[in-house]
Amino acid sequence: MADLLRFATAGSVDDGKSTLIGRLLYDSKSLFADQLENVEEVSRQRGDDYTDLALLTDGLRAEREQGITIDVAYRYFSTPRRKFIVADTPGHVQYTRNMVTGASTADVALILVDARKGVSEQSRRHAFLASLLGVRHLVLLVNKMDLVDWDQDVFEAIRAEFTEFASRLRVTDLTFIPVSALLGDNVVDRSERMPWYAGAPLLHHLEQVHIASDRNLVDTRFPVQYVIRPQSTTNADYRGYAGTVASGVLKPGDRVTVLPSGFETTIAAIDGPAGPLDEAYPPMSVVVRLADDIDISRGDMICRPQNAATITQNLDAQICWMDGSAQLVPGRVYALKHTTRWARAKVTEIAYRIDVNTLHRDQEATSLSLNDIGRVRLRSTLPLFTDPYTENRATGSFILVDEATNRTVGAGMLTGARGTV
Amino acid sequence: MTVTTPGPSTSAGLRSYSLSTLRALEAESIAIIREVAAEMRRPCLLFSGGKDSVVLSALARKAFAPARVPFPIMHVDTGLNFPEVLAFRDEWVARQELRLIVASVPDAIERGLVQEEPNGSRNRIQTPVLLAAAEEHGFDALFGGARRDEEKARAKERVFSFRDDFGQWDPKDQRPELWSLYNGRVHQGESIRVFPLSNWTELDIWHYIEEERIPLPSLYYAAEREVVERGGMLYAVNEFVRLREGERSVRRMVRYRTMGDANLTAAVPSTATEVHAVVEEIASARMTERGATRGDDRVSEAAMEDRKKEGYF
Repeated sequence: MADLLRFATAGSVDDGKSTLIGRLLYDSKSLFADQLENVEEVSRQRGDDYTDLALLTDGLRAEREQGITIDVAYRYFSTPRRKFIVADTPGHVQYTRNMVTGASTADVALILVDARKGVSEQSRRHAFLASLLGVRHLVLLVNKMDLVDWDQDVFEAIRAEFTEFASRLRVTDLTFIPVSALLGDNVVDRSERMPWYAGAPLLHHLEQVHIASDRNLVDTRFPVQYVIRPQSTTNADYRGYAGTVASGVLKPGDRVTVLPSGFETTIAAIDGPAGPLDEAYPPMSVVVRLADDIDISRGDMICRPQNAATITQNLDAQICWMDGSAQLVPGRVYALKHTTRWARAKVTEIAYRIDVNTLHRDQEATSLSLNDIGRVRLRSTLPLFTDPYTENRATGSFILVDEATNRTVGAGMLTGARGTV
Repeated sequence: MTVTTPGPSTSAGLRSYSLSTLRALEAESIAIIREVAAEMRRPCLLFSGGKDSVVLSALARKAFAPARVPFPIMHVDTGLNFPEVLAFRDEWVARQELRLIVASVPDAIERGLVQEEPNGSRNRIQTPVLLAAAEEHGFDALFGGARRDEEKARAKERVFSFRDDFGQWDPKDQRPELWSLYNGRVHQGESIRVFPLSNWTELDIWHYIEEERIPLPSLYYAAEREVVERGGMLYAVNEFVRLREGERSVRRMVRYRTMGDANLTAAVPSTATEVHAVVEEIASARMTERGATRGDDRVSEAAMEDRKKEGYF
């Protein structure tokens, strides 16, 4: 059974990120003839020396004209083992928010480093953002090995330096691969020019990396998304609570407690897209029916009696600020979406701002601007049912929305007793 | 975090608790559809009779079962539809208990809302018809069956894609979209286009059609049809495509990979007369579906981006 792996790539124009993705698509035979002809034609017209595989991902007119990646592009390819969803994110500091967006759903992050330049501020920033967003598997691709004569010493020096830096991050799995995206070495096929490298080529690694245990199957959390009550005579008594299992496993017969009311009842049945189910786990979308008729609506949460989410109006979070037109400042009120619940939240304090390049904490900071990340405290108008982000991506994350413009302006990751991001 | 093996139902040993690609995509799409129904005032599902919109409406049915789909579907009828597609539409709507709204391009031409373009393509002029119908009905969310793998401008589009009060898309100023926390907030007149199939590929769609036994218009399957070759593409000869001076038609086994207007959508040579054969054919295809069959996308490198900015899907 082929499963799904989502990965994000980070690196700037010059690191060859788009070329790498083009190479993955090309060498895994996931490209179509007309797509290839199209980039060959555009490359020829521009007078490039070789076919610019980056043109495969830079789809917007402005991106092609300026030779940059502006926004997250999603790409798809599959091998017999897995289907891959690639979030190709721009690397410059002014696009931090795009990288955060791409990493928010990724299982694996690929970070490109130019072998000639070594570990840069930018690579550190990408690694930090990936770890902040809870990506557990990091692959550092030392690219352009062709330009350093395939030299093992260059690779080892970069590995040593980056390993030292990564020890300060929350990364459980760190892999280093020497590649040439341009020539294809160690991307899909093993490089014959670097016999000293004993590990797997990139695609093989992506096919094998174990992500199943990254999911939280312990803490049952089911945010109620929609109440299904047929207005018809045939199913007049049907009342089901639709939603996506955020974490844990639900089964008919389980004792559950419903937040915020605290009522306890039993799961009577679970309906999936193809009929009744024996159990439901993430990321399944199901309908839960309960034994007792209690008042439940969208935004409520079904948990286990001995293991419920924390009910709180006081939020302590790392926030990535995404709006260029206004800053986050104490006292301001935003709309906040957490699981299936909207509330309003007031910023009560900015504890510090993190320099994403040095990880230095600036405790004098009084605001967050576009692409800033900082530790912020907020108070919400309604209680939210939360877990630390490090334990639960679904119940530990929220977005902030400007109430005047309706734009999404901030992304929040809840810290907690055990979370020390 | 330590992960223990939960529950007593694991007598057979370790359970993987892993979903297949297809079931993970299905779950994501259903969650998106429900989210729109929960948050938006008046959603509507755009239905063309093509395979993607058929799959999308089948997912909408599953999302709310046993209740009916709580929003209508709308077909923008260009007046250039394959008759098989219209017949299929009416049968599907009845069978799935859907509510159908038809927005007619020929009516809009008659009312003077739009003007026929000289090349006979109604691809561009269907956009104002769509926008006028959406405004008339007050729709603030329109579901579309577009996929990101279809085209490079689509690859950059959000699942919840914000449109201003002219229905315009601004690719350089899209709302960040994190986790599965979608932001559907709009002011009066603005709207959201929603693409629940964003992460599906053409092959995923066909695998799903096969697994779920979803019916499609017969044109998707190969049959001997009378075709004429134009600009390297094969067009079926019918009331919309007539032979020009000097052209000759031939009978060939062909099928359609997309369902656009009958005058612009080309067929591909194929012997795939049933769904499994189509899956195998797509798996080994070397051309994208739009590249192989759509005259409307051949206009320029950024044809799709330009049409989308004007409010096209």
